[in-house]
Amino acid sequence: MSKIRVVHYINQFYAQIGGEEKADIKPELREGVVGPGTAFQAAFGDEAEIVATVICGDSYFSENTKVAQPEIIEMVKSCKPDLFIAGPAFNAGRYGLACATISNAVKEELGIPVLTGMYEENPGADMFKDKIYIVATKNSAAGMRDAVKKMAPLALKLAKGEAIGASAEEGYIPNGVRKNFFEKKRGSERAVEMLLAKLAGKPFVTEYPMPAFDRVAPNPAVKDLAHATVALVTSGGIVPKGNPDHIESSSASKYGEYSIEGVQELTSEGWETAHGGYDPVYANENPNRVLPVDVMRDLEKEGKIGKLYPYFYTTVGNGTAVKNAVGFASEFAQKLKKDQVDAVVLTST
Amino acid sequence: MKLTVGYIDIHDIQFSNESKVENGVLYVNPEDIKALASEDENFASVSVDIARPGESVRITPVKDVIEPRVKVEGPGGVFPGVISKVDTVGSGKTHVLRGSAVVTAGPIVGFQEGIIDMSGEGAKYTPFSKTNNLVIVCETKDGLEKHVREESIRMLGLKAAAFLGELGRNVTPDEEKVYETLTTKEGMEKYPNLPRVGYVQMLQSQGLMHDTYVYGVDAKKTLSTIINPTEVMDGAIVSGNCVSACDKNTTYHHQNNPVIHDLFEQHGKTLNFCAMLITNENVYLADKQRSSDWTAKMCKFLSLDGIVLTQEGFGNPDTDLIMNCKKIEEQGVKTVIVTDEYAGRDGTSQSLADADVRADAVVTGGNANEVITLPKLDKVIGTLAYVDQIAGGFENNTQEDGSIVVELQAITGATNEMGFNCLSAR
Amino acid sequence: MVKEIERAGIPVVHICTVTPISMTVGANRIVPAIAIPHPLGNPALSHDEEKALRRHIVEKALKALQTEVTEQTIFE
Repeated sequence: MSKIRVVHYINQFYAQIGGEEKADIKPELREGVVGPGTAFQAAFGDEAEIVATVICGDSYFSENTKVAQPEIIEMVKSCKPDLFIAGPAFNAGRYGLACATISNAVKEELGIPVLTGMYEENPGADMFKDKIYIVATKNSAAGMRDAVKKMAPLALKLAKGEAIGASAEEGYIPNGVRKNFFEKKRGSERAVEMLLAKLAGKPFVTEYPMPAFDRVAPNPAVKDLAHATVALVTSGGIVPKGNPDHIESSSASKYGEYSIEGVQELTSEGWETAHGGYDPVYANENPNRVLPVDVMRDLEKEGKIGKLYPYFYTTVGNGTAVKNAVGFASEFAQKLKKDQVDAVVLTST
Repeated sequence: MKLTVGYIDIHDIQFSNESKVENGVLYVNPEDIKALASEDENFASVSVDIARPGESVRITPVKDVIEPRVKVEGPGGVFPGVISKVDTVGSGKTHVLRGSAVVTAGPIVGFQEGIIDMSGEGAKYTPFSKTNNLVIVCETKDGLEKHVREESIRMLGLKAAAFLGELGRNVTPDEEKVYETLTTKEGMEKYPNLPRVGYVQMLQSQGLMHDTYVYGVDAKKTLSTIINPTEVMDGAIVSGNCVSACDKNTTYHHQNNPVIHDLFEQHGKTLNFCAMLITNENVYLADKQRSSDWTAKMCKFLSLDGIVLTQEGFGNPDTDLIMNCKKIEEQGVKTVIVTDEYAGRDGTSQSLADADVRADAVVTGGNANEVITLPKLDKVIGTLAYVDQIAGGFENNTQEDGSIVVELQAITGATNEMGFNCLSAR
Repeated sequence: MVKEIERAGIPVVHICTVTPISMTVGANRIVPAIAIPHPLGNPALSHDEEKALRRHIVEKALKALQTEVTEQTIFE
């Protein structure tokens, strides 16, 4: 196998051109290794070769991104690399942002694997950690050896298209993608250690940071319910008997749309639940306990609501990825909107 | 309370004319197990098989796993209130056939049982690929209600484990370990400078067939309470669960609760392991509120400095977990939770159904939605008829070459929330 | 799901047992249900009593839909 061709991006400082006073230099392409590239080249050994280095001033890049970016992309492209690495930028804000921005652009436009590295609090990390792999480094150039030790093997893995492990194993900043791996110690032992640290007021790292949830503003109330079309939706897994669409009992990958036109109530002969997360006996005995078709029909007859929408939407909430559920709902919500449904009653178990 | 546990290491299981333990080998006469089954008229047929570590064997649908133990000294017997009479266990001496297990298999609900592979990719994820398993495949009579079938199979597994445990009564253990808990006053006097640490265990109690039994009492009908960790080693807590296989606690998990063991490991050194509390995960919101109020109240009452909180199952129990954590933290008791995740097959979804900023110290048993491919194995104990409906399975998940694609969810014990395994996620 | 329906511009009421989860995920109109395996029923009641109970919950949900809210609200 031929050597992996690598292009490396660094700033004016690491190219030993100068400090802040030289931060406005324009992009420049040099053959071979410059500055920290030497350490990377040593770590790559015979597997990869840094064929060229792009140098750009931090101020120039941040003030002229629109011009600098395509220019750098062209330079990189001309070298026909298999891999692009940038930095590491440690805690340098503009440099970090430049490394992350240009890496992401190279990935998107040239379609080759990219890798950069920086301190976790670098603004570049926060903005791009979900888009590209960014190795977590120390907050100053004193961490260069450590950074190269983590970045070089990950870069090679990326270039070879190998499977990338969890962030804790590979050293990249967590990117919101949860990935399994085997720890050295079992969970209970890790829990006891974490508790001892917490009790002693020492730092500890949670294995799962709690998410922040977005909010949607409430829609205005329904003005005239007596003439409104109301739809039923459920995550309780009510389906026609036999589960014709094979909605999974857990971790559902699909939802069902079923007609209840003319159905006065849900009978145990005709309907059941596909949900695997709760005792199904009660729902199977009387599916109205989950999807209240009987009561809705009564209210329709009495004129309390205008009309019950002739279809209902259903899925299994059990262990189903929130992302899947969001996908289902945004799809059928559009249908409901198109059919001028005025309100939705969503039931969950 | 002081319990000496004598571990008898079992390296192999073999069928024999006589059931006995000799030189680290567990010999089982299958007729003895069938005789136990014949006490219950609900069984249509029962077959007994053996699965050893490394063999090309798949066991499915798995209901429960139980470790054979016997009480050789002290009050009571194993599985008090269920197999033995009600009496406070947890003191004296208990023998364990370490390295062996009884696995009960057979369809009950279909989609709520699990898979144990003894070799290949799947074996890495289940702890029961490392035990010498006596597998009891149960077929119950037609027309029985599911919960009746569940009870029959549950009881047969426990009876069989008690029967096998009895074979170790007069065997000299390979290792002995002493576990001792002190009273509140004794502990305070003996370890005045160590943090007072407790363990709060949440028990699955979501209803019919999603139950856990404590001294024979259905946990959903209980208030949060205190139990001695050594009582649990004698089988005071028994699984009656049919839920996703990956994060339900089998009876084996309860008998070998890793949090108890790891807290004992530090007891008297870095912490004072004062108390174990058990609480439930019921389906009514009022129950969730009451039970979590109660645990928080007891943590405060016991003057605990910190606790480890473990969950069982997922979905709405995530709320019990968060409620417990939040309320216990509000009492000034530092909390670490052990859970697992449902982050979607691609790992990009939100992992828990509920969340709170106070849950700032979390240990995870991994993402149960992550997909793995189980190779075709030479022998199946039980039946593959359910692998597409099992929680974690999906339509047409058996490939042309006989391999099966499942989420980890389907693997017994894969993402255990007591922290039994090394699997984690980031 | 509830948020996606709201996002599409349709007022939605969430009937669920575990209202804290509903609060966490961000439903705006929430009506408590009976229990997880039977959110809109209670097997301990007679058929008619149970249906009346179900109707009561559904009516509460419809009332919620007709009520203007500015923040997440549980209609007890």
